[in-house]
Amino acid sequence: MGAGHHHQLHRPGTSAVHRLPPQCKLLAVLGFAIVVVATPREAFWAFGLYALLLGAVAVAAGVPLTFVLRRMVIEVPFVLFALAIPVIGMGERTEVLGLSLSVPGLWAAWNILAKASLGVIASILLAATTEPRMILLGAQRLRLPPLLVQIAMFMLRYMDVVMDEMRRMRVARESRGFEARNLRHVPVIARSAGALFIRSYERGERVHLAMLSRGYTGSMPITLDLAASRTQWALALALPAVALAVLGVSW
Amino acid sequence: MNSLEVSRLAYAYPDGTQALYGVDLTIAKGERVALLGPNGAGKTTLVMHLNGILSAGHGTVSVAGTPVRKDTLKEIRQRVGLVFQDPDDQLFMPTVRDDVAFGPANSGVTGEELERRVKNALDRVGMLEALDRPPHHLSFGQRRRVAVATVLVMEPEILVLDEPSSNLDPAARRELAEILRSLDVTVLMVTHDLPYALELCERSLILSDGVIAADGPTRELLADEELLRRNRLELPYGFAIPASGARG
Repeated sequence: MGAGHHHQLHRPGTSAVHRLPPQCKLLAVLGFAIVVVATPREAFWAFGLYALLLGAVAVAAGVPLTFVLRRMVIEVPFVLFALAIPVIGMGERTEVLGLSLSVPGLWAAWNILAKASLGVIASILLAATTEPRMILLGAQRLRLPPLLVQIAMFMLRYMDVVMDEMRRMRVARESRGFEARNLRHVPVIARSAGALFIRSYERGERVHLAMLSRGYTGSMPITLDLAASRTQWALALALPAVALAVLGVSW
Repeated sequence: MNSLEVSRLAYAYPDGTQALYGVDLTIAKGERVALLGPNGAGKTTLVMHLNGILSAGHGTVSVAGTPVRKDTLKEIRQRVGLVFQDPDDQLFMPTVRDDVAFGPANSGVTGEELERRVKNALDRVGMLEALDRPPHHLSFGQRRRVAVATVLVMEPEILVLDEPSSNLDPAARRELAEILRSLDVTVLMVTHDLPYALELCERSLILSDGVIAADGPTRELLADEELLRRNRLELPYGFAIPASGARG
């Protein structure tokens, strides 16, 4: 089952960070990311402090470093892009280990790497301490349109079902000797994708019928009270607040 | 009062295919009835009328005396609990708890009362320990039981099950039968699994080509080979109706 897919990110626990209501954590991560992006790239020490802040959150949440590092692989394409900039960049150049690199390019690469990494780590910590559906419920409390939340909820629920269906179709293809080896096989794959789309669409209709049968009238009932106390908000917003203080000093 | 009354119900799909040609049936409160019929007999179409997903072209459906009409839909959908064939269609929420809560929450139940009803429904199908699990982590048989809980929680007048035994392994099939037998609710079971009908339902109806072709004690209908053959139904190989009096 593809069940591991969206659970690899979540690390169940009972720490204070885990227990914070999702909307508080979402807003905290968003605020933190904005502060990080607004920091001038020359303020190396500020980025160091931001990293320490995230380190403190990770310790409080009991998320080990290796857990975070392994999930940072998602950043690799951006890293490759960032590393290419100094090589192909224009302007003043400098020698590093015999390589001629562009100075503005180096600054741009550093800027992208530092800010993207901090953002990614903050998101990993959010995902590690918050169940996927709680993130969505939190987003709904932050006034994300309910329709978008519903769509995302269904994606969460049916991803595994659709992946399973896809796997069965692949097995059926391969059992009859098909193997995608070159471009001539693309039409077969494309037709499978089309069939998968139609099956999913039909399932969508059946799910809708099941919802109607149980009294669905267009909005999801809210069965979970996610109200956050002032203390919880204060605790969550401490992260962007401290970051903001650092930013204030760095300007 | 009867739980379900269907009278002269006819229906044609928008493309002109006539699926039902005047169906008459009555189910008394507390009865467990099987609706038998081959594929394409109109079983699912009939089921869709019972809670107003399809509306009758001709004829009437009423549940515990309330006619199925546009203005009674809300009430009807609380009284008719439909369990669909594929539990993945029925269980659409991220956790079992949310899913079972969906129906009553739509009708305004909240807080502790909601929690109590959710737990009670799951307990009745023996799935209380799955409360916080996502449905896709359950086995097929467990998912079907949770699907039954999602409609039991509405405290329906009548439970309508579409092919309840399909895709179940023998143990899951027996467990579901035990659960269905333990419920104190009117049941209409749509199936072509004849032994299952014999095991659970005293009375059966045969739907064939859009009309009720037979209505009587399950044991008698299944013993009538000629009747079964006429309606594209067959007992499984080696299966014989046990002598009357013995339990199926």
